[in-house]
Amino acid sequence: MQIIKDNQIIDNSWHYVNEADTPSAGDISVSLAHWEKDKAQLLQHTGKLGVRLVPGDAVDTLAQDLNNIQLIELDFPDLADGRLFSLAWLLRSRYGYQGELRATGNYVAEQVFYLSRVGVNAFVPQKPDDLAAIQACLGDFSVNYQASIN
Amino acid sequence: MYQYNEIDQKIVDERVAQFRKQTQRFLSGELSADEFRPLRLRNGLYIQTHAPMLRVAGPYGLLNSKQVRMLAHIARKYDKGYCHFTTRQNIQYNWPKLEEVPDILEELASVQMHAIQTSGACMRNTTSDHLAGVCVDEIEDPRPYCEIIRQWTTLHPEFDYLPRKFKIAVSGSQRDRAATQFHDIGIHIVKNETGDIGFRILVGGGLGRTPVIGQVIKPYLEQQHLLSYLEAILRIYNLFGRRDNKYKARIKILVRETGLEKFNDMVEAEWLRIKDGMELSAERVAAVKTHFTPPPYEANTDQDTRFAEQLANDKAFATWHKYNTAPHKVAGYQAVYLSLKAPDTPPGDMTDQQLDAVADLADRYSFGEIRVTHRQNLVFSDVKQGDLFALWQQLDSLKLAMPNIGTATDMICCPGLDFCSLANAGSIGVAKEINDALDDMDYLHDIGELKINMSGCMNGCAHQSVGHIGILGVDKKGVEWYQITLGGSSENEAAIGERLGPAVAKDQVTNTITTILDVYVKQRLEDEAFLDMVNRVGIAPFKDRVYANN
Repeated sequence: MQIIKDNQIIDNSWHYVNEADTPSAGDISVSLAHWEKDKAQLLQHTGKLGVRLVPGDAVDTLAQDLNNIQLIELDFPDLADGRLFSLAWLLRSRYGYQGELRATGNYVAEQVFYLSRVGVNAFVPQKPDDLAAIQACLGDFSVNYQASIN
Repeated sequence: MYQYNEIDQKIVDERVAQFRKQTQRFLSGELSADEFRPLRLRNGLYIQTHAPMLRVAGPYGLLNSKQVRMLAHIARKYDKGYCHFTTRQNIQYNWPKLEEVPDILEELASVQMHAIQTSGACMRNTTSDHLAGVCVDEIEDPRPYCEIIRQWTTLHPEFDYLPRKFKIAVSGSQRDRAATQFHDIGIHIVKNETGDIGFRILVGGGLGRTPVIGQVIKPYLEQQHLLSYLEAILRIYNLFGRRDNKYKARIKILVRETGLEKFNDMVEAEWLRIKDGMELSAERVAAVKTHFTPPPYEANTDQDTRFAEQLANDKAFATWHKYNTAPHKVAGYQAVYLSLKAPDTPPGDMTDQQLDAVADLADRYSFGEIRVTHRQNLVFSDVKQGDLFALWQQLDSLKLAMPNIGTATDMICCPGLDFCSLANAGSIGVAKEINDALDDMDYLHDIGELKINMSGCMNGCAHQSVGHIGILGVDKKGVEWYQITLGGSSENEAAIGERLGPAVAKDQVTNTITTILDVYVKQRLEDEAFLDMVNRVGIAPFKDRVYANN
């Protein structure tokens, strides 16, 4: 599968895995609950680690672990749930997260300009055809009224 | 008024291009109806009973003559020759074609207008006092702060997908003409003990299904912290506002369920973490203020003697002057209300010819500026007293001089079942019937100050719960019924109206209103206004008479 990262189309190397089915190697992301429960074990994992957040998740406890995490996914249950925009802002601004911040799930290309402004730098398309639309929408505006992350 | 710079213009131009692309993606099937809905709503586009409805922003109610001519042009070219002014100082078109909306937005952008965030679960048009900058009771002109908030809210990347719509209103006067206590955030400009200008912040007010009066969350906020404080409130709301039930998603419910004290603690903690990074500089405020300097008033306009003669000699003119003008801070000038409540037109509607004529009159008599009021009328804010007679005659010929501002026929009314897909009951027809019953101007003026607000459904677009008399259309098994409330107010002494009793049938609404007015006329004290009497005697005497035959 291809995704957009830093405005380039690249091949995705990450896999979201559940507790029962965690491979011993490879780049994996897990739910916040999984992370909190099995953190010690996961830190022994061969390969990079990521956490997948959903709108109700609080990021303040995750803040202390950010150095061990190379990917945070923001998983949209539907496009109207704007909590993930604030989580992105908090991760970048308050907690200084420098790794990949990726939108996934049921958002639309039309939202990626705002997502990029609050610090999201990678986008998993809902359908492969959306890659071009996402790239185009990243350039929707050339000026802004207010400060954010970007 | 505010003039766009290159950045402002670029933002609206790029927004038009963005929406054109979105519309094409929808029409070609790349975006589903569900995906397109939040996008079109953020450009003011609803799908209504008969056709899409497009809501255009009137930033804190200010328009210039060029913009009003554009509204006329759009009404002619894309609609059926009229538009509608709303309680939030916006403009609505009821008959645009979806595929033409990008073109409409492009035409609007050419005169520094847009429809950005006029609907949808986002920060809406900031509203304010229609007498800002000219009224006699002003602490400071709220318009520069409205503009600063307008820019901050526009395309805010973090807060465009809130739990529900979010409305901010600003008042700079002693008397609240912007219903600030019924907004998600109400902002009052205040002076502290040392004479510095700051803000009192209210939160959690709102109308709709659950009317709530906003509560003070910050008694005094220093000027430079305005945007950081708004951001703190919005972030807490965005993260913690309910999203499981759209009827419980407004910030008023979050404040109620969290408790004001705890909510305040959450906002304060957030604010303390961000406030030092985003101060509003004195230079920025000063730069925006240069857009709102007073127009070149002429000296000695109060020396004009014809005005007093005209008042003395022409009763109709004197009556109009009494009801449809407001005092001005500059001697010899007055603010003039253009009543959009003529008996035979739906409240708040204007035709393209009226709009064009009003633009010409504004150029001639009021420095080319037109304002939209919270009660769906227009204002010329700066008219010389010597021009009032001539202006009145011309407004009269345009049917915009009905001397009913602040009276029973100056009703706020939503489009109702005739146009709106949400409505349960008609409102325009009922308003017309009430209007017809109150066609005796002497009686109307004897009744005096009275605010009747009527909505065709629980969403309460016409603010029925804060009408001195509120009328709410409800559907009972396919039949239109109307609940009546008394004693509401959206001004300083904010109050939510009390239910009079069981809903009345459609053909009984007018009777009910005239019965209520009859009780008032018989039982009022000398010079006692309707609302004062309701507050004194309660609803019982009205109830007894209205339901006497049941």
